[in-house]
Amino acid sequence: MSFAGQMIAFTPTQLDEVRRLQALYPDPRAALLPVLQLAQEAFGFISPDVEEYVAGLFDLSPAHVHEVVTFYTLFFTKPVGRHILSVCRTLSCHLLGAPDVVAYLKERLGIEVGETTKDGMVTLFTVECLCACEMAPMMQVNDRYEGHLTREKIDRILERLE
Amino acid sequence: MAELLLMRRFEIPDSHTLRVYRETGGYQGLAQAFGMTPAAILDEVKKSNLRGLGGAGFPTAVKWGFLPKDSPKPRYLVVNADEGEPGTFKDRYLLERDPHALIEGMVIAAYAIGSHLSFVYIRGEYIKPFRIFSDAVHEAYEAGLLGKNLLGSGFDLNVIIHRGAGAYICGEETGLISSLEGKKGWPKLKPPFPAVRGAFDCPTIVNNVETLCHVPHIITRGGEWFAALGTKTQGGTRMYSVSGHVVRPGVYELPVTATLRELIYDHAGGIPRGRRLKAVVPGGSSAQILTAEEIDVTMDVDGLRDAGTMAGSAGVIVMDESTCIPEALWVLARFYAHESCGQCTPCRESTGWVEKILARILSGKGRPEDPDNLLDIARRGAGTTICAFYDGAVNPYVSYVERFRSEFDYHIHHGECDVQPGRVVTGLETR
Repeated sequence: MSFAGQMIAFTPTQLDEVRRLQALYPDPRAALLPVLQLAQEAFGFISPDVEEYVAGLFDLSPAHVHEVVTFYTLFFTKPVGRHILSVCRTLSCHLLGAPDVVAYLKERLGIEVGETTKDGMVTLFTVECLCACEMAPMMQVNDRYEGHLTREKIDRILERLE
Repeated sequence: MAELLLMRRFEIPDSHTLRVYRETGGYQGLAQAFGMTPAAILDEVKKSNLRGLGGAGFPTAVKWGFLPKDSPKPRYLVVNADEGEPGTFKDRYLLERDPHALIEGMVIAAYAIGSHLSFVYIRGEYIKPFRIFSDAVHEAYEAGLLGKNLLGSGFDLNVIIHRGAGAYICGEETGLISSLEGKKGWPKLKPPFPAVRGAFDCPTIVNNVETLCHVPHIITRGGEWFAALGTKTQGGTRMYSVSGHVVRPGVYELPVTATLRELIYDHAGGIPRGRRLKAVVPGGSSAQILTAEEIDVTMDVDGLRDAGTMAGSAGVIVMDESTCIPEALWVLARFYAHESCGQCTPCRESTGWVEKILARILSGKGRPEDPDNLLDIARRGAGTTICAFYDGAVNPYVSYVERFRSEFDYHIHHGECDVQPGRVVTGLETR
């Protein structure tokens, strides 16, 4: 299977990891989330082709995998940028200025929420509570939490992205 | 200040390591527990009046006691580290700063309930907590504190760390189990309760991180000692997450007999910029809102229930006089509409309608009948759904409108906010 010229297949090492995960749980199907996480790391996002490929590894229907993928916010069904900014928009962050953070990021990046910059560098999301309300307003920058956001701090964060 | 139990190591450098944990008395509870029978441990936890600290406040020993005595199936212990309740961040601190306390509590609990496989379900966004906790689990395996024949006791326990993928509903224990089984996180009808038929159709106990972190202290110092720290029906301390308009937002560990006023003013430093307090959410976003006049309440499960709200996850969100309450409710309504799993019609439909009505009010196009319609829609679905999610949404819907009705009416009649005249709320059209 291929998507945009990319072969949808795990490497032998990744397949070993799939088998290890499937053997770990009382029911191998419980490994679906971790295997989808692995697939997203490997292929960038979960396309219908990836869903079908993963379904085959589990003897599940592609529909079941699709249902799982679309239920969770951390699985991307479209390509995303090299860096992902997820701004928390729930109550404590909202009270302390999350709307201004979102507006400033939209202005700096020249994109709307849910979009990726033309150079493929940054995707901007708003998300529900990341449970770091003590550092509100905050966002997740790839795997890091960044809090007490101000325009200056946002500038510094954007400058560091490569 | 009272003695810290859960946060006692938070300020010690390298508190997440096995070395520091052991140097500060860690794993003594486990050694002691292995000298006790599982029944004796259950008895100690019962005496402690420990209640679940994830949100529901259910007595821990009673939950453990629901396990069937005669089932031939394996039993599982599931640690709920899917922290997601808006306003709550205590479990993140525990995972990052004292992961071995969770491992110790988990092993003691597994021994007490006879489980040899434990799952730790960590929310997907918690990458740093996941890494720190995973390293701690690795250390524990190397040191013979996990795996086979722990500390020579003959007791075996393996741990699987399972990462979530972004869904608030997976913090609900049966939604969590669905997710753990590789499905979308749809909650399951109860009964059967997880203790009878849970993960992989086997008897399962789901306990919150903070709840389990208390267990070693209950073993080393006794259930009666722990119970004496609290009220007649809830023992010990708990961690309050404080955020919003306070001088010092953060986590505070206090006995459950502390009052909301003490927490906000004595510990979190009061309201900044000389402003006045307007409202407080005492137990995560799913708790009913309290006005500034209602904060002289103790924050134990029963104290807050008697005050018409709930202790929930102890996530305290503080709002000062500049806060527009209809806007705050719209933010939460957007959250509940986004996070409804869609399984039950009343929840799936009502959360969407409530969000739309509030967006209409905030956009200046509210209708006079909107607040009553909102209350009607909210209440009709209460108690009709599979899980507690929708009731948790109804609590803010009803309490915000009832306690601050005049603010909603002002928006409707004047087309703008009376707290911050001219304020434009962005994002009303989008999800």
